[in-house]
Amino acid sequence: MSTTQVKFYQVGSFAVGNRLLRDDERSVQSDPDRTNALTSGHRACQGCGEALGARYALDAAMRATNDQLIAVNATGCLEVFSTPYPESSWRVAWLHSLFGNAPAVATGVAAALKAKGNTTTRVVAQGGDGATVDIGLGPLSGMFERNDDVLYICYDNEAYMNTGVQRSGATPPAARTATTQAVGANPGNLFGQGKYLPKIAMAHDIPYVATATIADLRDLEAKVERAMSMRGARYLHVLVPCPLGWGSASADTIKIARLATQSGLFPVFEAVNGEVVASSKIRHRVPVDEYLKLQARYSHLFSPQRNDQVIDHLQRIADKNIERYELIISEGE
Amino acid sequence: MQKPYAITLNVGSSLANHTGSWRVEHPEYVHRMPPCNKACPAGENVQNWLYIAEDGSYEQAWRELIKENPFPAIMGRVCYHPCQTACNRSFLDEAVGINSVERFLGDHALEKGWKIDPPQTETGLAVLVIGAGPAGLSAAYHLRRMGHQVVVRDATHQPGGMMRYGIPKYRLPREVLDAEINRIKDMGVVFQLNTRVDDVHDALEEGFDAVFMAIGAQLSKRTYIPAGESARILDAIKVLHGFEDGENPLLGRKVVVYGGGNTAMDVARTAKRLGAEEAIIVYRRTRDKAPANDQEIEEALEEGILIKWLSTVKYKGEDDMMIEKMELDEKGFPQPTGEFETLEADSLILALGQEVDFSLLGNNVDLDTKSGVMDVDSNMMTSHPGIFAGGDMVEGDRTVTTSIGHGKKAAKYIDAWLRQTQVEPKIDKEPVSFEELNTWYYTDAPHAVRERLDATKRLNDFSEVVQGLDETTALYEARRCMSCGNCFECDNCFGVCPDNAIKKLGPGLGFEIDLDYCKGCGICVSECPASAIEMVSDL
Amino acid sequence: MLRQVEGSKAVADAVAACQPEVICAYPISPQTHIVEGLSQLVKDGTLPNCEFINVESEFAAMSVAIGASATGARTYTATASQGLLYMVEAVYNASGLGLPIVMTVANRAIGGPINIWNDHSDSMSQRDSGWLQLYAENNQEAVDLHIQAFRIAEEMSMPVMVCMDGFILTHAYEQVDIPTTDEVKAFLPPFVPRQHLDPAEPVSIGAMVGPESFMEVKYLAHQRMIDSAAKVQEVAKDFEAHFGRKTGGLLRSYRTDGAETIVLALGSIIGTLKDVVDELNLDGKSIGVVGLTSFRPFPYEAVAAALKGAKRVIILEKAFSTGTGGIVTQDVARAIEGMGIKDFTVIAGLGGRPITIASLRNYLTNAMAENVERLTFLDLEIDTVEVEINKERALR
Repeated sequence: MSTTQVKFYQVGSFAVGNRLLRDDERSVQSDPDRTNALTSGHRACQGCGEALGARYALDAAMRATNDQLIAVNATGCLEVFSTPYPESSWRVAWLHSLFGNAPAVATGVAAALKAKGNTTTRVVAQGGDGATVDIGLGPLSGMFERNDDVLYICYDNEAYMNTGVQRSGATPPAARTATTQAVGANPGNLFGQGKYLPKIAMAHDIPYVATATIADLRDLEAKVERAMSMRGARYLHVLVPCPLGWGSASADTIKIARLATQSGLFPVFEAVNGEVVASSKIRHRVPVDEYLKLQARYSHLFSPQRNDQVIDHLQRIADKNIERYELIISEGE
Repeated sequence: MQKPYAITLNVGSSLANHTGSWRVEHPEYVHRMPPCNKACPAGENVQNWLYIAEDGSYEQAWRELIKENPFPAIMGRVCYHPCQTACNRSFLDEAVGINSVERFLGDHALEKGWKIDPPQTETGLAVLVIGAGPAGLSAAYHLRRMGHQVVVRDATHQPGGMMRYGIPKYRLPREVLDAEINRIKDMGVVFQLNTRVDDVHDALEEGFDAVFMAIGAQLSKRTYIPAGESARILDAIKVLHGFEDGENPLLGRKVVVYGGGNTAMDVARTAKRLGAEEAIIVYRRTRDKAPANDQEIEEALEEGILIKWLSTVKYKGEDDMMIEKMELDEKGFPQPTGEFETLEADSLILALGQEVDFSLLGNNVDLDTKSGVMDVDSNMMTSHPGIFAGGDMVEGDRTVTTSIGHGKKAAKYIDAWLRQTQVEPKIDKEPVSFEELNTWYYTDAPHAVRERLDATKRLNDFSEVVQGLDETTALYEARRCMSCGNCFECDNCFGVCPDNAIKKLGPGLGFEIDLDYCKGCGICVSECPASAIEMVSDL
Repeated sequence: MLRQVEGSKAVADAVAACQPEVICAYPISPQTHIVEGLSQLVKDGTLPNCEFINVESEFAAMSVAIGASATGARTYTATASQGLLYMVEAVYNASGLGLPIVMTVANRAIGGPINIWNDHSDSMSQRDSGWLQLYAENNQEAVDLHIQAFRIAEEMSMPVMVCMDGFILTHAYEQVDIPTTDEVKAFLPPFVPRQHLDPAEPVSIGAMVGPESFMEVKYLAHQRMIDSAAKVQEVAKDFEAHFGRKTGGLLRSYRTDGAETIVLALGSIIGTLKDVVDELNLDGKSIGVVGLTSFRPFPYEAVAAALKGAKRVIILEKAFSTGTGGIVTQDVARAIEGMGIKDFTVIAGLGGRPITIASLRNYLTNAMAENVERLTFLDLEIDTVEVEINKERALR
C-alpha cells in the first residue's frame, strides 16, 4: 500500500502530522505552507466532505507537480460554492465550463499544453458523482480511451447534491434522495445494477485507477502523488460524505467516511493498467449498521424497526467487497 | 492578463467572505484532566512530562516531573502506579508503562548527575520537619524550593523512613534512595538525625515559624495470640527495621507471616532471602481483599512463598502453630469454620497493620486526633496553628506516593500560612474518559515488559528484582501515551478543517481557530485524538 | 497558389496555414473531408506543433476546444446540423467565456426527419449564441473567411462560425488560391489570449454570476457583437491589402445601383442569383443582388445603405422560423424600417432541394411585379401538401 509506515505508536500513519515526525514524514496537509488550493470563505455547508477532499487532492497535486497545475471543474457543489462572483476560493489556475464536459475540457487543456511543448504543467479534472458517472460519462470514456494526460478526480457524495439531493447513478441502494423518497413499498433508491465507475475505468485499462476517502488523508495524498508520477489517463474516486444530503451531523463527516471503509461498503484499492494491485486493509471491521445509522438518508431502515431484509442485503454487498478486494487479512497470511 | 467582467476572478478573493458569521458554536482548545494526573497521589503532571520525554528531552522531562515529586527513581521502584490503573490506554491495548518511564528518567538523572539548584532567594522563614520519611522529605524539598530554611529531624540514624526501614533492598536499592535524598540535602536542607522531638511546642519557641509532623505509623498493631512460653512471635516492622540496621534476626527455617498487606509480603520475601526454607503467609480473607499490591503478591508467589488465604492464627507453639480455616458468609465476611491445620513454624511474624505512635510527641495533648490518626483540616494543619501534619500519621492511603503528595500539599499550605496568603483553590476537573478520545489514530501497541529477575536467582540476593527499561523501550512507552485532554500537535485539526480555518502557530505553539471563517462544523473536535478541543456556544 | 481542389480540402489547407495548435473534431456529413484533410496534415508533419484529437462527440469537440483555447492555444473545430445542436451548451459556453475558437459549419438541414443535405437551419439556430457568423459565397471565400476568422476572433476575443454550404461548396471542386503558411503568418499574428490558464498567474475562469451582475455581462456581449462589425470590415480590408482580393467583409452588392428590386441572400446561392439577375437585366429588368457575408453581427447600417433607393427587397432564405416565416427577413426588415421598401420572403432549397435558374427567374419575375405572397416556399409540391393538410385538419 502506498501509505507511510511510521514506526511510532502514538500517532503516526493515521494522523495528519505529528511534532515528532520529520517534515518529509508528514502529510502535505500538515505543512503550514500548503497551497490551500481551496481556501477559506467558500460557501460550502458546515462539515462539507467535498471541500475537504478537493483541498486534500489539489494540495497534494500541487506539491507533486511543483505548483505546475491547471484544474478543470465540472458544474456542481464544488464549483458553485467556490466561485460565486465576485469571490473565488481557488488558489490554482482553474476553469469551469459545463456540467458534463469536464473530462473533455481537460483533454483540451492537456492538448494545448502538449502543442506548446509544455511538459511540466499538468492537468487535473474534477467533478461530482453526477457529472462523472451520468452526464459526463461519454467524455470521460473518450478521455480514457485516448489515454489523454489528465488525472480525473470524482468526488462522490452519491447524489446530485447541489440541485437538492436528487438521485444519481452513483446513489447507493436504499438511500433516500429527493427523487427516491423513503415512502411506498420500496423506500429509498432501488437495488439496481449500480454504476461503479472505478471498474468502468479499469475496463479501459488506463494506467491508474484508485479509490480513496477523506478519512485516510495519507492514503489519498499518496495516491494523488502516485497518479501525478504517471502520464496518461488516471482516475481517482474519492468518497466525500455530505452532511446535508446524507442527513448526518456536520462533525461526523470524516467518521462516516471511515465507517464506510471499515464496514466494507466502500472498498479502498489501487489498480494499474486495469488490474487491482493493492487494497487498504480494514483495521477494525464494523457491521454496516454502524455506518448506516449515522445518516438520516437511511433512517427508514431502522424505524419503526430494523429492516433486516434490506440491511442484510447491504451487509452482503459489503461482505462481497471485502472478499473481492481482499480487504481483511485472513488468518495464516 | 485581462480579467473580463464577471467571467474571470482573482485567486483567493473569497477571503472577503467571512463565513464565521454562519456559526452558532465554535471550537476552543482546552487543557483537560488526564486520568493519570488525577490518579497520582503526588499530583504529578504525568501527561506533561511524558510529552516532554517523547522527543528525547529527558532532562527537561525530569525537571518537569520533579516540580511535583523529587523521587522519580524511587517511585519507579515502589510506587503502585494508580496512574497506570487509570490510564485510558488500557482500554485500547495496555496501559502506558508510566512507572517504567518515571524510573528511567529518575535513573537517567542520577546517571547524568543532574542537580537541583538551591532556591534563588531566601524568605528568612524557617520550618521544622519532624520525620525523614517520604512525607517529611517531600515537604522539606518543596519548602526549600520556595526559599524557606528547612531543618529535618529524625529519631533514627538514617533518613528515608519507611522507604528504608519498611521496604527491603531488593525493591529499593539503597544507593538509589541515598542519591535522591542527598539531592535534597544539596539544596541546603539541614538534617539532624538521631534527634527525637519530645515536644513540638518547643520547636515553635525555638525559632521555627512552622512545623510539619510526619512521624509515620511505626507501631505494629497487636492482636492477642495464644502462645507457648518459648514461642517466637515477632513484629514485622521491627524485623525489617532491624535488618536494615544490620541485625540478622534469627527467624529459623520455617517462617510464618500473619497479615495480607505489603509489609507481610515484604517481610516474607525478606525472610526467604535470609535463608528461611519456607515462608508462609497466613491471611484472614481472600486475595482480592488483601490490601497488598497485587504485583507484590504475584512476585511473592513467584518466589515460592505459600499463601494460606482465609485462615487465622489460633495458637503458636515453639516450633509449630495452629491455624483455623475461614469461609465467607453471605455478606462476604470471613467466619470461622472450626477446621484447623497445624503448620511447622519456627517464628511467627505479625504484619497486621500499623498505628501512629503518639507517645513520640510527648506532651502535645492539645493536638486533636481522630480514629487513631492526627486530625488535620483541608490545609493539612492540626488544631494548633502553625503545626501541620501529613503522611501515614494522618488519614489517607499508607503508600510512599501518597505521603509524598501530603508533603507537597502541606508545603503549599505552610508557605501560604507563613506569608499570610491563600492557596488558590484547586478546581476539581473530571478526567477524560476513554470514550471521549478518538482512538482511531493510535496504533495498537502493547506495553513494553520490564524484565524481572529469574525467580530462583532472586532468592539468594537482594539485588533489584525488577530491572528498568533501556532508552529505546522507555521512549516507546512514553510515546504510547495518548495525551488525554491535551494537545500534542498531531496536526489533525489543522488538516481536517474544510474551511481552512485553523492556523498552525509553529512547533510548541499549538494552533489557533480563525474565527473569521470557522463555520462551527465540529470536525476538529471529532477528529482530535486527545479530546483537547471543545465546542463552545456563540449564542 | 492556385489549385483545383475540393472545397473541403481547400478549407483544410487554409486552416492549416493558420497554424492552429489544437484541432478536435467529430465526423458528420458533410464536414468529414475537412477534418480528414486536417488529420492527414497533422499526422504527416505538414502541420507541426498541433494536437489533433479524435473526440467522441460534438459536445466533446467544442468542450475540448474550450479547454484548449482557455489555455491559450489557437483552436479549431468543424461540424454541421445535428452535431452543432449536440454541442449547443458548449457553443454558448465558448462565447460566454470569450474564447476565440473558429468553427466551420458545413451547413446542413436539421432533422427530424434526418436529412444530410444543405440548408441554413443549423447555423441559423445559433444566431443568438454570441458567435460571429460569416457565410461564404464560394470556395475561395470559404478559404479566405477562415483566415480572416482567426484574426477577427482573436482580436475580439469572440468565437467565429464560418458557414459554407454543405456538399454544394464542401464537395465541389473549384479553382482556389490557397495562401501559404508564411503568407498567412504575415497577416495573422500569433495568438495572444486576453486571459488564459497559467500556473504562474492563476485565475479562476467561469464563475457563477448572479442576478446582480448577469445583465451587465450580457450587455457587454451584446455591445461587443455590435462593435465586431467594424472589426469584420477592418480585417477584410487588411486581407485585401495582403492578398489582393475582396472577400469577407459585411456584404457585397451586385448591380444594385438604381435597381428597383434587390434580392438579398447568404451563401452559395448568391452565385446562382447573380446569373439570374444578369439574365433578367438583359431582359430589361431592374434588379440587383446583395450578398450578405456577415449575418452576425448583422450589419444594419450597411444593409440599409445597400438597399436604399430600391422599391422592394426579396430575401431568399435557406431556413425559416416554423409558423413564422423568414429569419433573415426579420433583421432586414428592421434595417430598412421607415425607408418605404417592401419586403418579400422566399424560402428555398430546404434539405438540399436544388434551386434552379428557371425557378428563380420565374419567381423573381413575379416578385418584381409584386405578384407573390409575402412568404413563398419555392417549388413547393402544392398538390401533395394540400392533400396532407386537409387530411390532418380533418382528423383534429
